[in-house]
Amino acid sequence: MARYIPPKQSKIGQMIDVVVLLILSIGALYIPLWLGLAGSSKLPLPADNPTWESLGQNEVMVERWNALGFADPASAHDMITARFDYSFTWGALALMVVVIVGYFVMMLRLSEKEYREVIAEKFDGK
Amino acid sequence: MMANTDITSKTMDGMGPHGTKVGLLRVLGPAHVWALGVGIVLVGEYMGWNFAVGKGGAYAALIACWFAGILYSCVAMIDSEVTSTVAAAGGQYTQAKHIVGPLMAFNVGLYLVFAYTMLEAGNAITLGYLISVAADMTGATEPLDQRPFIILAIMFLAWLNYRGVLATLTFNLIITAFAFCAILVLFFASAPWSEGSMLAHGELMSGQAALPYGWLGVLAAMHFGLWFYLGIEGTTQAAEEVRSPARALPFGTLAGIMTLLIAATLTWYICVGYLPWEYLGDGVNGAVAPLFSAAQMTGSDALIIILGFGTLFATLASANGCINDASRAWFSMGRDHYLPQWFGAVHPQYRTPYRSIIFLVPIALIFALGAPLDQVITFSILSGLLGYTFMPINVILFRRKWPLDTIKRGYEHPFHPIPAILLIALCSVTYFAVFLGYGTQLIAMVSFYIVVSLWFHFWRYRFVKRADQFTMPWPKPRGY
Repeated sequence: MARYIPPKQSKIGQMIDVVVLLILSIGALYIPLWLGLAGSSKLPLPADNPTWESLGQNEVMVERWNALGFADPASAHDMITARFDYSFTWGALALMVVVIVGYFVMMLRLSEKEYREVIAEKFDGK
Repeated sequence: MMANTDITSKTMDGMGPHGTKVGLLRVLGPAHVWALGVGIVLVGEYMGWNFAVGKGGAYAALIACWFAGILYSCVAMIDSEVTSTVAAAGGQYTQAKHIVGPLMAFNVGLYLVFAYTMLEAGNAITLGYLISVAADMTGATEPLDQRPFIILAIMFLAWLNYRGVLATLTFNLIITAFAFCAILVLFFASAPWSEGSMLAHGELMSGQAALPYGWLGVLAAMHFGLWFYLGIEGTTQAAEEVRSPARALPFGTLAGIMTLLIAATLTWYICVGYLPWEYLGDGVNGAVAPLFSAAQMTGSDALIIILGFGTLFATLASANGCINDASRAWFSMGRDHYLPQWFGAVHPQYRTPYRSIIFLVPIALIFALGAPLDQVITFSILSGLLGYTFMPINVILFRRKWPLDTIKRGYEHPFHPIPAILLIALCSVTYFAVFLGYGTQLIAMVSFYIVVSLWFHFWRYRFVKRADQFTMPWPKPRGY
C-alpha cells in the first residue's frame, strides 16, 4: 500500500466546510434554546396572595429580601417558589445513557480504525 | 492566560492555555504552575458556581464543591503522567492524537474550543450585568440595555487578540491576585467571629432551606460544582516549560486545586451567609455575580467597589484568555487539516491566528446575547466533562500500549487504575446531575459532537496526512 497522499481541497470546498461547521455549531446548540426546547425546567408554583410565612421565610430571610429590593412577598414569590422538576422517566434516562455511551463507543471504534492506518504508515512504511 | 508565543513556529503547538514550545528553556517551578492554574479558574468563584445552590440548596453546593475537588484531583494525577511523557506539548489534543486516534483528537480539540468559547460568552454576560448595576447605582432612571456592552466587550477583546496586543502573564497574574485578595477582604470584613456579624448561616439555612431537594439535590448540584475548578487541568500543558515536570506538575496542580478549594469554600461561606438560597441560586434573575451581591448586602461602598472590580478583573482576564486559547486550538486543528486549512493562516503583520479569532466571534456573540447564563455555562461544563471522560480512557490505553518499562515517564501516577475508575464514576454522576434539569442540553451537546464526528470521519479526514500525525519518538505501540 502506497503512502496516503491527501487530495488538495479547493478554496470553495474549504468555504463550504466553514459554513457547514458554523451551521452545525449554531444549529445543534443554539436553535434548541431559541425554539424553547431546551432550558432549565425551573418553574414557580402558583399562589394567590402569598405571605412571607406561607413562603416559608423567617425574619432574617425577610430582612434580606427587603435589602435586595423585594419589598413584598408577591415580588419575591416567583424566585422563592421556583423549583426544578427532577422527576424523570427511566426511558429518558436510558436514552441519555445510550446517547453518551454510543457516542464514546462510536468515536473510539472510528478512531481505532484511523489510528491503525497511522501506525501502519508510520512504523511499517505502509 | 495569555501566550506570548510565536504561532508561526514549527516547534510550537498552539493548543492549550499557555502555548508551549518544544525545546523551550525550562524555567517554571511549581509556584508558576500553581499561579497559572489559579489564574485561569478564579472567575468560577465570581460567577456560575451559585447555580449549584439553585440545583440543590446551600449544603448541596458545598458537598458538590468538595466532590468536584476529588474529580479534579484524579484529573490532575492522570494528566500529569501523560503530559510529563508527551514531549511535544499541546495538552490533551496531542495526547489523543498519539494514544487514541485522530477522531478522538478532533473531538478533544472541539471540547477545548467550546469550553472556552462558552466561558467567554458567560464572562461577557456577567460584564454586561455588572455595568447595568453600576448604572443603577449611579442614578440611572431606566434599566440599562446590556447588549451593546456585551458586543463591545467581545469585539474589543477579539480585536486585541487579532492585533496581537497580548496582556502579559504578569499583568494577568496581578489582576487575578487582586480578585483573589478581594474574596479574602470580604471574608475578613464580614468578621464571622464577631457577634455583630451580618452573616446569618443558621437563619438562612434553616427549615426547607437546608436541603430543599433532599439528597437528589446533592447529586444534581454536582453539575455546577465543576465550575469551581473548570480549566485547572490546563496547568499540565505547561509541561515543556517546567524545570521538573515530575515534581512541579502534580504538586503545582494539586496545590492549585487546594487553593481553589479554600477560595471556593470561603466564597460559599460568605455568599450563603448573606443571601437567601433562592436568590443566590438564581444566577439569571438573582445573584449573577454572587460575591458582588454579597458585598452589596454589607452596605459598604468600599467593599462594593473592591468586589465590583474583583468581578470585572476576573471576567476580563478570563474572557481575554478564552479568546486566545479557543482561537489557538481552532488554529492548530486547521494547521493539522482537521479543519479547513484556511483556519491555519497567520496574519502577515500581527502574526496571530486571525481567521480563527474572527470565526469564533459570532459564535460567542450569539450565545452571549441569546442564551441565559446557566445554559451557556452548562455548554461549557459539558465540553469540559466530555474531556474528563476521555482522560481515564486515555491513561488506560496509554499504559496498555506503552507499559511502564517501554517509555520513561516524568511522573507515574500512583494506584493505577483506581484514579481512572474513580474519575469515570464521578463523571457518570455528573452526567446524571446535568440530566436532572438540563437533560435537553445534554442530548443537544452530545448530538452535536456525534454529528461533527461523523462529518470528520467520513468527509474531513480525507484531507489529513496519516503518518505525519504521529510525531513522538516512541516505539511502536503494543498490539499493532
